Amino acid sequence: MKKRSKLWLTVVPLYVFTLLFVLGPMIYMVVLSFQTRAEVWGVVNEFTLDNYKNIFHPVYLQTFAESFKLAITSTLFIVAIGYPFGYFMAKLSPVWKKRMMLLLMIPFWTSSLIRMYGWIIIFRANGTLDKLLMGLGLTQSPLKLLYTYPAVVVGMVYALLQFMIFAVYSSAEKLDWSLVEAARDLGASPWQAFRTVTLKLTLPGLLSGVILTFIPSMGLFFIADILGGNKVVLVGSLIQDQLMKAHNWPFAAALSVALMIMTTLMIALYKRVTHSEELEGLL
Amino acid sequence: MSETILALRNITKHFGNTQVLRGIDLEVQKGEFVTLLGSSGCGKTTTLRIIAGLETPDSGKVLLAGADVTGAEPNKRDVNTVFQNYALFPHMTVAANIGYSLKLKRADKEVIRREVSQALELVQLTGYEKRLPSELSGGQRQRVAIARALVNKPSVLLLDEPLGALDLQLRRQMQLELKALQKQLGLTFIYITHDQEEALNMSDRIAVMRDGRFEQIGTPAEVYDHPRTSYVARFVGTANVLTGCVAEQKDGVVRMTCAGGCAGAADAGHTFRPGQPLSLAVRSEQVEFTTDPGACGLPATVREKSFAGGMLRIALALQDGTELVASRHGIDIAVEPGDQVRVTWDPAHAVPVDVEAAV
Repeated sequence: MKKRSKLWLTVVPLYVFTLLFVLGPMIYMVVLSFQTRAEVWGVVNEFTLDNYKNIFHPVYLQTFAESFKLAITSTLFIVAIGYPFGYFMAKLSPVWKKRMMLLLMIPFWTSSLIRMYGWIIIFRANGTLDKLLMGLGLTQSPLKLLYTYPAVVVGMVYALLQFMIFAVYSSAEKLDWSLVEAARDLGASPWQAFRTVTLKLTLPGLLSGVILTFIPSMGLFFIADILGGNKVVLVGSLIQDQLMKAHNWPFAAALSVALMIMTTLMIALYKRVTHSEELEGLL
Repeated sequence: MSETILALRNITKHFGNTQVLRGIDLEVQKGEFVTLLGSSGCGKTTTLRIIAGLETPDSGKVLLAGADVTGAEPNKRDVNTVFQNYALFPHMTVAANIGYSLKLKRADKEVIRREVSQALELVQLTGYEKRLPSELSGGQRQRVAIARALVNKPSVLLLDEPLGALDLQLRRQMQLELKALQKQLGLTFIYITHDQEEALNMSDRIAVMRDGRFEQIGTPAEVYDHPRTSYVARFVGTANVLTGCVAEQKDGVVRMTCAGGCAGAADAGHTFRPGQPLSLAVRSEQVEFTTDPGACGLPATVREKSFAGGMLRIALALQDGTELVASRHGIDIAVEPGDQVRVTWDPAHAVPVDVEAAV
């Protein structure tokens, strides 16, 4: 009995916290998205669907399409780099696994905003990268990479790669390597064994890595702002602009709800494909 | 008549600074059931993995049906393995697991279906095609692992302690089934176990392994009745091993003095010099009690009496402290702990061991 009462002490604050700071704001946001913008400041309590209709305006649809394009491009690069990285990390000796983990964690000790400013120094005209390439004689003039689409992709990959690595790593770590040996023993070439056994069994990690990188890359507006100038406008930037600059809170709320619905759909799809309850690498 | 299907020639293997295999030689005939018997860490699994191609030996050769396959990839060898933990693919159904190797060979779908159902019939799991490994019991997983390795009809089937995870009753039953399957299909089995009873029950030949070497290779009867070394005698027959000095040799019997008495064994064709050190092995059920003080025998003190597995087990201590075990069917032996007794045995039932090492 005593144990039980103590358990309550730990569970109740958690519920209160979740209700207050997660569910509460979410309900507020959904309510807000059906309200009408007040003429000067704030909202008036008048039900409308206009905020959602507005999303389908070509300009905003274009923004969604751009965001998707950037998210897909970034995610493809992240998969290409992060999957092999996580896979081979799982094969390291325990000591090296710990070292790698530490190396991957260290960047998190600095604000991601500051790390993005670091990329400005590298990418700007006559910056570190230009100097290096020109010094090696590979390019003749500055590349002017800053404020371009590739710069934004690099920033996204850099900011989100760890999530993919950890997701793949945690799933490859659990892999029973004797299964790969069994496949080889039964006549599979290394590639066939990888395709039919390793890849299939690390798929939950890969897919959760995709979700963990794809969803944030739709909303990481500060990367697009810092490294893309005003050229790359994402859903995240749009929401921020509507909220902070245009003061159109209901429309910002509707955009957020739309983004949330897409996210939920992706997680539902993940559960359907992998039959798993949790995202690999999250727990 | 017989045909060598697998030959190992002087195989050695290191892992780091540890030498795991110290020169393994083995010839296996087609259709033979050979067991590698040894305690854990003796190198038996490494030997199996070298045959399968999952490890490369430092030196030596692996010949499969006469062809040198030492450096060949595992998928290029006509050998399949039943892994110790079964290693069933958790994301595939029973049918997909068993049909895996056939699918890799791009066999026709209908052929795969037929072969899989035949394999399932062999291991008595008809109707389990659509199950996932996680939905099977340990014994059923075991059968699927065997079916998966059999379906390919390999020239040699390697089994790494396949029954180790099963309970005693199921293990006994699977021993019989496996042996029957092997005879029925005329397959060559190389079987690993640390259970001497299992080895004695199933094998055509047993290779007793210790410290990366074979101590003795022979039929179960040879290994059990004529152990060549004290290790084999203890490990396979759980025999008593006594050490002393040769007293005399005549009429095919060698007698030695040890522990304040006399012990005899059949000389097995060896010649012994008087005074030479000698070890002999005698199994507990051969040890008898005598009241004749003139007979060749050993004075001993009864330590304890216990009843186990239908046998009365009597632990004795010889004068020099050596432990000796006698066992009897039935419980009508009139000895009690603390009694002074005299033990002896028919020399025909004791064998000299470690003879090569002693000379």
